Amino acid sequence: MANNTVVVDPVTRIEGHLRIEAETEQGKITRALSSGTMVRGLEIILRDRDPRDAWVFAQRICGVCTLVHAIASVRSVEDALKIEIPPNAQLIRNLMIGAQYIHDHVMHFYHLHALDWVDVVSALKADPAATSGLAQSISGYAKSSPGYFRDVQKQIKDFVEAGQLGIFAKGYWGHPAYKLPPEANLMAVAHYLEALEWQREVSKLHAIFGGKNPHPNFVVGGAPVGISVHATEGGAGQTSVNTTGLQQVKNIIELMKSFVDQVYVPDTLAIGGFYKDWFKPFHGEGVGNFLCYGDFPADGIWRTENLLIPRGVILDRDLSTLHEVDLHAEDEIQEFVSHAWYDYEGGKDQGLHPYDGETKFAYDGPAPPYKNLDGDSSYSWLKSPRWKGKAMEVGPLARVLTLYAAGHEPTRELAGMALGKLELPLESMFSTGGRLAARTLETKIIADEMSNWFDSLMTNINAGDTRTHNNEMWEPETWPKEARGAGYMEAPRGALGHWIVIKDEKIANYQAVVPSTWNAGPRDAQGQEGPYEASLVGHELLIPEQPIEILRTIHSFDPCLACAVHVADKDGKSSVEIKIG
Amino acid sequence: MSTSNRKERPTIGQIMDENGVGRRRFLKYCAGITALMAMPPGMTAAFAQQLRAARRPTVIYMPFQECTGCLESLTRSFAPSLESLIFETISLDYNHTLQAAAGHAAEEARHEAMKEAWGEYILICDGSIPTKLDGIYGASAGHSFVDQLHEAAEGAAAIVAVGVCASYGGVGAAYPNPTGAVGVSDIIKNKPIINVPGCPPIPEVMTGTLVSFLASGVPELDKHLRPKAFFGNTIHDRCYRRRFYDTGLFAESFDDEGARNGWCLYKLGCRGPTTYNACATIKWNGGTSWPVESGHGCLGCSEPDFWDQGGFYEPVTSKLFNDTGQIAGAAAAGVAVGAAAALAANRRKKKLSGQVDKETSS
Repeated sequence: MANNTVVVDPVTRIEGHLRIEAETEQGKITRALSSGTMVRGLEIILRDRDPRDAWVFAQRICGVCTLVHAIASVRSVEDALKIEIPPNAQLIRNLMIGAQYIHDHVMHFYHLHALDWVDVVSALKADPAATSGLAQSISGYAKSSPGYFRDVQKQIKDFVEAGQLGIFAKGYWGHPAYKLPPEANLMAVAHYLEALEWQREVSKLHAIFGGKNPHPNFVVGGAPVGISVHATEGGAGQTSVNTTGLQQVKNIIELMKSFVDQVYVPDTLAIGGFYKDWFKPFHGEGVGNFLCYGDFPADGIWRTENLLIPRGVILDRDLSTLHEVDLHAEDEIQEFVSHAWYDYEGGKDQGLHPYDGETKFAYDGPAPPYKNLDGDSSYSWLKSPRWKGKAMEVGPLARVLTLYAAGHEPTRELAGMALGKLELPLESMFSTGGRLAARTLETKIIADEMSNWFDSLMTNINAGDTRTHNNEMWEPETWPKEARGAGYMEAPRGALGHWIVIKDEKIANYQAVVPSTWNAGPRDAQGQEGPYEASLVGHELLIPEQPIEILRTIHSFDPCLACAVHVADKDGKSSVEIKIG
Repeated sequence: MSTSNRKERPTIGQIMDENGVGRRRFLKYCAGITALMAMPPGMTAAFAQQLRAARRPTVIYMPFQECTGCLESLTRSFAPSLESLIFETISLDYNHTLQAAAGHAAEEARHEAMKEAWGEYILICDGSIPTKLDGIYGASAGHSFVDQLHEAAEGAAAIVAVGVCASYGGVGAAYPNPTGAVGVSDIIKNKPIINVPGCPPIPEVMTGTLVSFLASGVPELDKHLRPKAFFGNTIHDRCYRRRFYDTGLFAESFDDEGARNGWCLYKLGCRGPTTYNACATIKWNGGTSWPVESGHGCLGCSEPDFWDQGGFYEPVTSKLFNDTGQIAGAAAAGVAVGAAAALAANRRKKKLSGQVDKETSS
């Protein structure tokens, strides 16, 4: 790219290694490249292993959205072997997935995204009493006294004056794009610290059901943990899911809900009110197509009509029609490598369904150290997934729009409330701010569902049903000689699918197509941009050396680049591919 | 090499005083760490004194082939908390996940911090380093990870490798290791290196290792460069289910009577007998639970090469032999003894109950 190219590498406050190159004319972005710069290679590693072990490897794709690849993996095996899991296991998984959303979205807002909108240095000028007034005017959250904000301000002031700025060093403080008054900045900084403490507590839900977080444990066929509330007397031990553990889960759900209702939702609306120009329709929203696989089953992964988040595709921002999606159809989900550092046997420009995927490393980028990548050639370790040839945005915005299009009443009410408070039209959802707001809204929708899943679990247990695992197909001797399946889920960052082929009790092929590949992937054979690239075009950079505008829109997707893993086997053909989201 | 600027840095004790951290709370904080590290209670006062006198050091946190699970785990540390660590104890001058600055500004921050504390900063590495094809499988800011590691290691006083990937290569190095992934100690040979493995490591083991390093330097390490204070015992030795192993009571499948009663998970593949880590004592997420307590066997994630030691649901004794029939690993002998004891216990139990027990006869 030319000299007027703005390079952001590393893009920080994300998961993984992302590079953005933005070509500008008179300070306005005319063309952008999104590049994943790290690859690990889990595919050959998974090959020939026991399908029941796959989730352990796949989970290590990402430690931020720490359960999503494990869930997609066990579901792919359950789909292939037609294993129906017990209702309690379904409820436990829903609770764990829901907890992941709530934890992940709140941390994204405060710890990964907030510093694009919140000026920490400005917070030092705030009047603690006025900050208290502001906080109390938007929420009943208890920690809102002038003394509380004075203490937080002093802590930050002492830190800054000591001269070692640590994680705050070299931020774009004072940039004219920061619009919050000092009091709003101080309130947000206080909640940044509160959220750090809160997230430690709510992570305990994963520890109770999965033994630890990050990387809780799962198992093909259900949930690994037995329910100990009816453990037999005399010499019985206990699992973590006993009377105490279940009470703790109930308390954690309350803690989640109250923080979302009293802090996260009001902060989003308050901060959003100062940044209405970021809700300008189609500003920061790139491709206009949205894809959802759906999630939170009520009665199994195959009855997709009963998913809380529906499955469907929205084309050209037309909310009147939801198009059907078939994960197994060869001509729907395909991946292209025209601008990725891979090759296909049938040529670099064809598209392949994940069941037939190939992967062969073919790095032809510059040798490090390098200054620029070549957008006309290959420039990323991510492939370009397409649905019926079209680029798709996945994630919170896609889900909220799909819920909206499907007529989900709580979504319509919440969206109406939020847009009403911000005095914005529905089409302002198609924007950077809309994506940010969608993340908050879906967090509330899921937080409100948590106690329903918990109550159902308790009802079952109290009725004497403690089953958590279906053991019928555990032994490999019971499996068909050959089977294949697709495991889907809605990860916090969007639609996630794992495709597995099992032959003779071993993994013959395993592929994952992940959310950040949909969103961050490079151009395809037709030159169509991915959502990151398309969303940046038209952005004006007030100070090109401090491209805060790029960070705002890219962070609004919540990038998760952990790996774009494609590995060639001995013959140079693909065995498995995993691209990370 | 220390600059005058650096000498003016306040001590951790001064920072704690400024922030209104009382002496009692500070001592409690130190007592927590010394207890975690199984130091004698009498050591707490000396430890506290050393820590108070330490200067808040520059820490450079370099991410390579990682999944951010280790950093996420660090944020879950209860004592000390992440906030206390980064605002009062260390100066985290480069960390992709948390830092405000991006792109050129981030690299500038790192280079300035390294220059200012040259020879004295702590380097934390996260993720494996790909070595094939001159390291093209991992780059940041246009530089290969291999080059970045060499550059950052040169001025470091010591290196802490967090996670099993930075320690030994981890999942990226699992067979057949497509990108030539290795751990830090495979590349850097001239610096003190502390490995804190795990997938991810227990948060308090990471923070505890860091804080103890500040107070008293590199702790005593085992042959895999792990602090003995945290990695000195097997999971199995400290497991709350050990009594069931000793009496021959095993879960035979997920969700059977034994699974619900919290019996030993040995037969479901638990690697506790061959895994050195502190999960059974410190536990996870503020002591809430840990894998075995939540019904899944230990995966063995703090051991080198744990990814390639057979299926995760095979009993650990069946994993002791590699393809050529040799015993794999030094821990094998100990496990073999343990397994024999278990079988004896099974027989004893059957004898006591006077019947063939379906639960234990498989």
